[in-house]
Amino acid sequence: MSMRHFIKFGKPYLHTRSLLRGKYGLQTCTHVAKSTGVQPTSDGNNFIGIPHNCVTKLEFLEPKMENTIPVYQVLDSDGKIIDETQDPKLSDEILLKMYKDMKMLNIMDGIMYSAQRQGRISFYMTNYGEEATHIGSAAALEMRDLVFAQYREAGVLMWRGFRLDQFMDQCYANINDPASGKQMPVHYGSKDLNFVTISSPLATQMPQAAGAAYALKRTNPGTCVICYFGEGAASEGDAHAAFNFAATLDAPCIFFCRNNGYAISTPAHEQYRGDGIASRGSGYGMLTIRVDGNDTLAVYNATRKARQIALEESRPVLIEAMTYRVGDHSTSDDSSTYRTTGELEYWTKTNNPVTRFERYITNQRNCWSAEEDEKLSKDCSKQVIEAFTAAEKRLKPSPSLVFTDVYDELPVNLKEQQKQMREHVSAHSQHYPLKRHEPL
Amino acid sequence: KYNNVLKYLFHVYITYLPSYMLQMYVRDALNSAMDEEMNRDNTVFLMGEEVAQYDGAYKVSRGLWRKYGDQRVIDTPITESGFAGMAVGAAMAGLKPICEFMTFNFSMQAIDHVINSAAKSHYMSGGMVTVPVVFRGPNGAAAGVAAQHSQCFAAWYGHCPGLKVVSPFNSEDCRGLLKAAIRDTNPVVVLENELMYGTAFPVSDEAMSEDFLIEIGKAKVERVGKHVTLVSHSRPVGQCLEAAEQLASEGIDCEVINLRSIRPLDIETVQQSVMKTNHLISVEGGWPMFGIGSEVCAQIMEGPAFDYLDAPAIRVTGADIPMPYAQVLEDGALPGVKDIVLSVKKTLHIQPMTDTA
Repeated sequence: MSMRHFIKFGKPYLHTRSLLRGKYGLQTCTHVAKSTGVQPTSDGNNFIGIPHNCVTKLEFLEPKMENTIPVYQVLDSDGKIIDETQDPKLSDEILLKMYKDMKMLNIMDGIMYSAQRQGRISFYMTNYGEEATHIGSAAALEMRDLVFAQYREAGVLMWRGFRLDQFMDQCYANINDPASGKQMPVHYGSKDLNFVTISSPLATQMPQAAGAAYALKRTNPGTCVICYFGEGAASEGDAHAAFNFAATLDAPCIFFCRNNGYAISTPAHEQYRGDGIASRGSGYGMLTIRVDGNDTLAVYNATRKARQIALEESRPVLIEAMTYRVGDHSTSDDSSTYRTTGELEYWTKTNNPVTRFERYITNQRNCWSAEEDEKLSKDCSKQVIEAFTAAEKRLKPSPSLVFTDVYDELPVNLKEQQKQMREHVSAHSQHYPLKRHEPL
Repeated sequence: KYNNVLKYLFHVYITYLPSYMLQMYVRDALNSAMDEEMNRDNTVFLMGEEVAQYDGAYKVSRGLWRKYGDQRVIDTPITESGFAGMAVGAAMAGLKPICEFMTFNFSMQAIDHVINSAAKSHYMSGGMVTVPVVFRGPNGAAAGVAAQHSQCFAAWYGHCPGLKVVSPFNSEDCRGLLKAAIRDTNPVVVLENELMYGTAFPVSDEAMSEDFLIEIGKAKVERVGKHVTLVSHSRPVGQCLEAAEQLASEGIDCEVINLRSIRPLDIETVQQSVMKTNHLISVEGGWPMFGIGSEVCAQIMEGPAFDYLDAPAIRVTGADIPMPYAQVLEDGALPGVKDIVLSVKKTLHIQPMTDTA
């Protein structure tokens, strides 16, 4: 026997390329299916993966568009609790923090949007109309829970303690931006606050969230993941994969869909034919609930319960929060071209999450008043303008940082280029706006 | 306990064998690399289609599921974009996933995650987000699997900053590079070759140690020569060595460089060689345009070796067509030993003996 057959591990294995003839070709499988589904019985009346009962009537399942999945609500439009048993009875302190964060978010959005229009920053996205989805859900989580967001969840960061200067520094891409100006505005990230840096391609955060939840289940039990996404992003293939993975891997992940009616100019009724995103949950074997996304307490209750289930039963939960995008998609969009002012007015004035919550705390809980409200608006504006002015004045990052963080260590070629850049710029400093930057 | 005794006796036995006798299949080199790294660090885990109970579509993960169980070897549903994204998420949250693509052709369905989620994240987050993931699987042409199963992705992935890309040739390369890739905190693409899985190579004692690592970004001179430099990666390295043997009998002495890594590209080793031989030929299985050879030539031209070239560099590549199915056409679409020999003679201005070198 030739020495070619002498190897360290196992029996000599002969090359059998015919074993797998292409991905969809014939496979010779000799293994038995894993016992996670129903086992075939001797009379063959069960199928692998699903139990079934046979019928003799030829009937197609009709998607139930008359009886859509109901919307869970706690506060009515006047901010009154509808069913007392559903009142989470939060402390005044928490309620006031919730409200103040919502107001601050609104005011920050207003000023930063104007800043973009004046050419001070290149890009911005507002959060108007979706404040309850951010604050209600963020308040229901623990700080250690990992957040994967899409891009319209600044309120979650605000709740967790991201300061005004931190928001501004990222938008202005100055020396205080921990990402050293390497991401576009509103693509926030914070390691300390367990908020993964926003990534532009839609829905990519979804399978990442499923994977992270799987990892945390093993390394850090008691911690869950929340993944925010829009109803438009839910059309991406990644969304399907994320739902399927989280379910099959028993990952403790809350999938929180902000169904805000529009994906840029595409209205929800053109985005899907079925009953929203909630109708898809059961298809993946996930627990699902649809909530009034403009009702802060409903969002809070649902998220709190979802977190408990996700961790106790190690399974994903889908929450579809029905809300409305009051602002434009971004500063590159003009929504007046595709929606009516009447529609906009309803959602701005009549069904506004901030107003509903304000009515609750003022009239129901008596911990707020109109005077305090006015004072708060003034305070918030003052703080935002101070932060914004300081951020604008701050230096931009050192040009040397252009080359760092491609890898964990600076590779040889980039080190050379960085050196060449420094030498060149130092020699011709009068031609470069070095005063605006931290030193080379 | 019985296994330990056997292992001891085995080690005693092989210690007294001349080391050139120890042969290892490429498949087992990859398997042992993963096994050792999974044993050493329990945050390392393997995921992909058919990797668990089926032992891997090409049996590369044979035995791993039986040894490590459901938590460490995971069969994924059939969605490359999904499981690549999931691997990235798991890496972001502290695990070290090895994400297997059944072939890199299917990685195209996941390429957004490899590039936008893995490669760019460290940079775009200013270093806050690290993604220590390994994407591995067979790359390039197999045999008789046609266009959608035969593309080489070395140039595609080699193009992107933020990724490291390696392309091992023999068993030692596979062990050292895969282990280094798993221990690297950057995202690494490991381009294996299906046709090499069943090939055995001698491996040194050093390569059998559990901490054997090959530095990513360092090429190896497989054969020292003085007349011409042949630069290659993966399976074509073997073809270059064969061509070198053939040419040696005609008095032509080839230096064969095994790149081992595509990104970072070790151009210094190539430069040193060209400055000695004055002739350069790159050999790859991928398509000619914008390929590995293109990059080698461009970098040689930009560096000190340019002045030492006695002739323009030649690129030997696959034909500029989607891979045909019929065997005679497939054979014609890929570089062979005769093409390498012809190129050497062309650059050295030696008359070929026949039309086919």
